[in-house]
Amino acid sequence: MNLPNYPTPDAKGRFGKYGGRYVPETLIPALQQLTKTYEALKKDEGFLSELEYYLRHYAGRPSPLYFAANLSKLWGGAKVYLKREDLNHTGAHKINNTLGQALIAKRMGKKRVIAETGAGQHGVSVATAAALFGLQAVIYMGAEDVRRQALNVFRMKLLGAEVRTVDSGTKTLKDATNEAIRDWVTNVKDTFYILGSVVGPHPYPMMVRDLQSVIGKEIAAQLQEAEGKSRPDTIIACVGGGSNAIGAFAEFAYLPPQQRPRLIGVEAGGEGLHTGRHAASIGAGKKGVLHGSFMYLLYDENGQIQPAHSVSAGLDYPGVGPEHSYFADEGIAEYHNVTDEEALQAFQLLSKAEGIIPALESAHAIAYAAKVVPEMPNNEIVVINLSGRGDKDVVEVMRLLGGEQND
Amino acid sequence: MISIAEAFAQAKGEGRAAIIPYLTAGYPSPESYLQIAKNLLRHADMMEVGIPFSDPLGDGPTIQKAGEKALQNGMNFAKTLSLIRELRQETDKPLLVMTYINPVISVGPQDFFGALAKAGVNGVILPDLPPDQDAALVSEARSTGLDTVFLIAPTSNDERIRTVTSYTSGFIYLVSVTGVTGARRRLPDLSGLVAAIRRVSDLPVAIGFGVSSAETAAQAARQADGVVVGSALLKEIARGGDPEALLEEIATAAKVR
Repeated sequence: MNLPNYPTPDAKGRFGKYGGRYVPETLIPALQQLTKTYEALKKDEGFLSELEYYLRHYAGRPSPLYFAANLSKLWGGAKVYLKREDLNHTGAHKINNTLGQALIAKRMGKKRVIAETGAGQHGVSVATAAALFGLQAVIYMGAEDVRRQALNVFRMKLLGAEVRTVDSGTKTLKDATNEAIRDWVTNVKDTFYILGSVVGPHPYPMMVRDLQSVIGKEIAAQLQEAEGKSRPDTIIACVGGGSNAIGAFAEFAYLPPQQRPRLIGVEAGGEGLHTGRHAASIGAGKKGVLHGSFMYLLYDENGQIQPAHSVSAGLDYPGVGPEHSYFADEGIAEYHNVTDEEALQAFQLLSKAEGIIPALESAHAIAYAAKVVPEMPNNEIVVINLSGRGDKDVVEVMRLLGGEQND
Repeated sequence: MISIAEAFAQAKGEGRAAIIPYLTAGYPSPESYLQIAKNLLRHADMMEVGIPFSDPLGDGPTIQKAGEKALQNGMNFAKTLSLIRELRQETDKPLLVMTYINPVISVGPQDFFGALAKAGVNGVILPDLPPDQDAALVSEARSTGLDTVFLIAPTSNDERIRTVTSYTSGFIYLVSVTGVTGARRRLPDLSGLVAAIRRVSDLPVAIGFGVSSAETAAQAARQADGVVVGSALLKEIARGGDPEALLEEIATAAKVR
């Protein structure tokens, strides 16, 4: 396999004006070193074949591109394909990135890895890779999330990771990320930070994108086989920090505009943008800096970061990756949002229509597709990135639906 | 008003390191903050005023908690400015604002720095802005007459030291440890780093992060031109102790000749 060479970011880690390295000076040499190592490993056949081996035999790649006949019929518009990232080991696209970064950590001789996690999906994925490669893992998780996601906390511990509860700020993902960065600042000499999304200081947004770009590359190859063409007309993916969406978009985003599929990112509209309780950084945010990167961000008139809200913990982040911020400004991709309520309906819709229970995150992409696919011509093809499976969400959804499924 | 350079020169002339206390504006309350700040200024050569930020990723638990409390008290940019104006009435010693980059972006760099300069601030410290990330922003701060103080860390190589010092005025803030802010029992030997800085810059060097006692202050004062103390003072305030007495002790220990 090969890791891609897309035209962004520039040498300073900028996607247009977004991105950069807004971190304490202590970390700058480590980020420079990581960038250098990563650029070298991209050309290292041994590294690439090792990564390919684990993606194939451990994570289960390639993930299927499944023609959703029932959903296509139900919506009566474009042909709907689902990219089945939910079928990966650990149940989501996250493993594409963590296997890659854990292998980089190993190559750099780091024995200790740290990570932030919100709902626990990235944390479980890091704990998994750490168990596989014999690394010590410390996972930071907000106290609020530890309470809500007890099962994933247990999974991480079962996999041998240490879970550290974060009690500062809003006690959620952004605070867990602060704490992971503080740990890294303190232990930078022997610790590798496995960041979970296309956010953070350069080179993370680039490196995570490259590692996730396998999703879009497989879509192109699988569609060629199924439909005799390598480009769908539309790709739809949910966006929190934005790693699954970037993974699905990147292979197509830098094509000339007339060849480029319509790329649609779906943010979490929470209880509605007008309520202020949402996670739509592009839909309702301003440009700002958090966790090392200049990007669209939710903050108040004094620059204080506002807590995000979503029914889906994986989208519950107040910022969005710098490359998405760039795509939004340049019109390379378009960004919309759906509410908690719409995502919950889509969660049930896909379960009943195709026998696939999606992650609540991915249900946002389904929910937006439900609005636009019926209007698309029958000869068009839409690919929805099904970023994760919904097993982790069934208890929460049962609670939210108030047992109405039992009627 | 005394400039930062003059304050360092004066301390040097008196055979001691400059004393630079840090307090979070509005902590534990706006009124107590002002009183404590005034008391501390008696033993200080200049003072850092922290504008609290919701996500202070360069700070340890002490400054985090002080910031959270200040934000709960409704502290914001406008209120910090009025506290600064009141401090300015009391002292002609240099005042430096320390905050993160997003509050600057939210106000707009030109307005932010302009308002600080107008309120009588002498310099700014932005711990999450490596200066080469935004040279234009550094120029804007300078054009309002503010000094721009940037940080050098134990991990900084010669190339970083050259880059950072080229954007720095007032003094160089040398972070004593790889880590976040917070009191430590002892400081590492920083003579190699200080020498590396001296090779490329004539600016005074102040050591911060971890200075918490007479002992650590004396250690820092022997190695550099200034001593920054923050978390230890905030801890003293949090436990209802006497931050002024602690700073006095530190100031005494910082007399190196």
